Amino acid sequence: MAVQSTTLDRKIAERPPASLWRDALERLLKNRLAILGGIFVILLVLLAVVGPFITPYGYDQTDIAAVRANRGPANPGQAGHLLGTDILGRDLLSRLMDGARISMTVALVVQVTVLVIGVPIGAIAGWFGGRADNLLMRFTDIVYAFPDLLFIILLTVVFKDTWFGDAVDGLLLVFVAIGIVSWVGVARLVRGQMLSLKETEYVEAARAIGVPDRKIVTRHLLPNSIGPIIVAVTLGIPGAILAEALLAFIGIGANVPRASWGTLITEGQAWMSSEPHLLLFPAIAIALALLSFTFLGDGLRDALDPKLKGKQ
Amino acid sequence: MTATDDDRRVDPGSPAVAELPDAEKLPEAVSLETEEGRRLASQLADEKTRHARKLLEVRDLSTQFYTKDGIVHAVDRVNFELDYGETLGLVGESGCGKSVTALSLTRLVPDPPGKIVSGEIIFDGVDIMKLTNEEMRLLRGKRIGFIFQDPMTSLNPTLTIGFQIAESARLHLGLSNRASNDRAVELLSKVGIPRARDRMADYPHQFSGGMRQRVMIAIALACDPMLLLADEPTTALDVTIQAQILELIRSLSEEFGTAVILITHDLGIAAGMCHRVNVMYAGQIVETGVTDDLFENPQMPYAWGLLDSLPRLDEERGAKLRTIEGMPPDLLKIGDECRFSPRCPYSRDICHAEEPELTERDRPDHLARCHGTEPGRGWIQ
Amino acid sequence: MSAQPAYTPEPAAGNALVEAENIKIHFPITAGLFQRTVGAVRAVDDITFEIRKGETLGLVGESGCGKSTTGRALIRLRELTDGTVRFDGTDLTTLKRDQLRKMRRRMQIIFQDPYSSLNPRMTVGSIISEPIETHNLATGKAKLERVKELLALVGLNPNYTNRYPHEFSGGQRQRIGVARSLAVEPEFIVCDEPISALDVSIQAQVLNLLVELREQFGLTYLFIAHDLSVVRHISDRVGVMYLGKLVELGPPSAIYEAPAHPYTRALLSAVPIPDPRAERARKRVILTGDVPSPANPPSGCRFHTRCWLYEKLGRPENCRTEDPELRIVQPDHRAACHYAEDALQSDVGVAHMGAEPIRRKPFGAGPQAHKVAAVDDVPAALVTGTGAAGSATAEPDSASSDGDTTSRS
Repeated sequence: MAVQSTTLDRKIAERPPASLWRDALERLLKNRLAILGGIFVILLVLLAVVGPFITPYGYDQTDIAAVRANRGPANPGQAGHLLGTDILGRDLLSRLMDGARISMTVALVVQVTVLVIGVPIGAIAGWFGGRADNLLMRFTDIVYAFPDLLFIILLTVVFKDTWFGDAVDGLLLVFVAIGIVSWVGVARLVRGQMLSLKETEYVEAARAIGVPDRKIVTRHLLPNSIGPIIVAVTLGIPGAILAEALLAFIGIGANVPRASWGTLITEGQAWMSSEPHLLLFPAIAIALALLSFTFLGDGLRDALDPKLKGKQ
Repeated sequence: MTATDDDRRVDPGSPAVAELPDAEKLPEAVSLETEEGRRLASQLADEKTRHARKLLEVRDLSTQFYTKDGIVHAVDRVNFELDYGETLGLVGESGCGKSVTALSLTRLVPDPPGKIVSGEIIFDGVDIMKLTNEEMRLLRGKRIGFIFQDPMTSLNPTLTIGFQIAESARLHLGLSNRASNDRAVELLSKVGIPRARDRMADYPHQFSGGMRQRVMIAIALACDPMLLLADEPTTALDVTIQAQILELIRSLSEEFGTAVILITHDLGIAAGMCHRVNVMYAGQIVETGVTDDLFENPQMPYAWGLLDSLPRLDEERGAKLRTIEGMPPDLLKIGDECRFSPRCPYSRDICHAEEPELTERDRPDHLARCHGTEPGRGWIQ
Repeated sequence: MSAQPAYTPEPAAGNALVEAENIKIHFPITAGLFQRTVGAVRAVDDITFEIRKGETLGLVGESGCGKSTTGRALIRLRELTDGTVRFDGTDLTTLKRDQLRKMRRRMQIIFQDPYSSLNPRMTVGSIISEPIETHNLATGKAKLERVKELLALVGLNPNYTNRYPHEFSGGQRQRIGVARSLAVEPEFIVCDEPISALDVSIQAQVLNLLVELREQFGLTYLFIAHDLSVVRHISDRVGVMYLGKLVELGPPSAIYEAPAHPYTRALLSAVPIPDPRAERARKRVILTGDVPSPANPPSGCRFHTRCWLYEKLGRPENCRTEDPELRIVQPDHRAACHYAEDALQSDVGVAHMGAEPIRRKPFGAGPQAHKVAAVDDVPAALVTGTGAAGSATAEPDSASSDGDTTSRS
């Protein structure tokens, strides 16, 4: 059968191949709110990485002179402190930047933990089904039902004064603990994806061809579940940041003098009436971080959801 | 039924009442199954046209969709008429504009992005385009019934079907709760749902696909409409259930004298159900005629090719099907040419240079949009 | 009742490529916290038939009758609950994993939905080369050449290898699926409703392609469809399924002109015919009610709850109590009905056969069709890049068989 090069063929041939990822990126770039969120997230990450190196003060460096001069915490702009200092004369901006470091690390470590636990559990349950599915999902239910806070407190108590409990100023333990209680959602998501993708005709076609199971998972199932996983992970970050802040607020978290945003808020709370900036700036930092991750996540969801394709 | 029959006739907004005597309703004996029945039906229809106007007149209807890629000319200068009690087929492939035409008739085109940009739609003497939204809503529920392809999307899953049928009768006919419930039971048994009274309290998911479509028909007929718009009513159903539903639509439309616009991609359904057929292509009506004429002597190569590309149940194993090559045009960009010309094996220079009009063929009620079959100067014969 | 024996397959028939013997596929219904099995959907319930080398067996029936499950079972995409499937004499049900994988080169499947049957994250090239890689048929440049050859074979531009499925129309995607299944050079292809998701004018194109390929490679097809006209067009023999049972099997002339099962007759009478005259001439049997649930099928003959013949014969008792076997009613024609002989005498479902059908001049033939519009002639204005959006209105299907049109006219 002769194939003729038709106008249509040429037209298609002229266009660059458009993978779904490319299409998704194009859609994402058209979403202003998501771009705004993305830019702020990048800014935050940059700040967290290089910020502490460029500030003139360390997060634990005290400027007693400034406190003395002001008879209390320095106000924003005073004595070379852009956002002021706390009662010990520690520069608030530097402390916020270090806090950003903690928050970004929380985002990373917690979500990595979530992925490491959640994806395999969900994938195994969904792919094998039957007894394995039943067992894993009941386990997931139990984890889901267990009170998070209680579990984290128990962990901190158990690992107190071990290398794990003290690693990274005691933060690693907190991060991993948050991760351990947060993977349930991703596991369920991945299981659902596996279950529905397993039934698709292209997976059936692969089985008919004789493609080994391992390759079906890596080539067909995982690439098609990555979109929703990315979205879930991105949208899970605000929760993780908030959880860490909450734990810090009630006193579980970084060993002094390190302070996460949650710790700063706790400290700032005491000075709420006289020195509102001590509460205000950390609160704004958290709010902005949460919002930008949420915007970015929403944008990713809209961009990656193929159901929205062709609409608008 | 008598109360509602009367109610339908005595419509203050309808001056046609006086002009339309009993001929509006075909006698029970008339069956479209037989040759004779069809002749009788068309005679009756002829008498009606002498007495009164058409039920529906669509003139120069154009509906466009404004998308980020440009304007989609979904329906482009469509003209057609529908008699009282007539069944008209609107046939074409996906994207040809048949569904958008139906939505336009009831002003249900999603706006934005869609918009009816021009045209007149005279329904029972009333210009639909001039009605207020509220009037339009009343008209839709009361005079025009709908059946869609997927009944599940048009039935509310949280309400009993009894309530959903009775609601329409209550709202539009002003019946009491009790009377509307009785009417719902009556309609349910009429559409062939066994133990109708018991099933009033059931929810949509408790019905099978075919049964749900029956419920949809009951709702559509709740106010005894003059027009039933059926958009691919059986596409989601199995062939034996399809036969049930088509038979139901046919017998109910005969019984109540309801006109039907049947939108379908299945030429077989059109052949069995419709008095007349409009074939649509790329947003336009390209051929219209009495069903027999159109199927026997298609005057537009698209309709012709479509008919010839179908394998037939009553033919021996065939070697190769005749096909229409290529693809329908993009409705974003339409030029001044016959829209089928790029795929047409008969096209000549004039086809690419000038868009043909819908003009008469051998009979005054058989029209086609084709230079090649134009009487006198056409070259396809 | 006939004294003729129930049908038993001849295992050494010689020309049978696929033999299904008493196959049953039941899906468990589970309930409760511990997923206890409380029942079974009997999707396929004890059916026996064979597909001969080089023939196309059409399988028709309504949704839920088990025709797709049967098709998948024949190439062991579904595990059997009971029974055996032999492919060219080899019992597929007992094959080890590796043996089965080797066997998969010889049998393939084409799916209904051109949208869900192609992995959206893979290029057309990698979709078609997956079977080639899996069976180590070619590597490197030879692999690419083979992919291009396959694309050309199904009427697509060979340069499409780096494209993604969503850039194509339904008909083109279906061609990609066909190319994938041809990549392993199979002998047997299960076509599971391959054209029912396509638009009318595209259906004929894909159907023609399947017929051409069959002739070119001597393929054996199991052609599953609900459209009886399409099945008649393509099949050498036709099987009719109802509620997990094969109720009739025979050549098209028997099935379409003298069916011996009342269900087949009802189906035929329900199929719309694109011919108003034939439509008027037909004698319809409108089956009442819905298809019963395969989880709880009626006793005796499964069709008796909707059977018009059962009513006509005064509800004979054995229809309710005895499951009729698929028995030979005429040479090469089997039906599972106690009263097949009575069914044969009826004109239900075939009444339209007597009517003179509408005859039209064949489209695209005759001296008038002096010129065939090659798609090259499509003005650029009509062909826009159908990107992500807007492909619903534009159906850029391939102009694969331009050459054929030209030769015909």
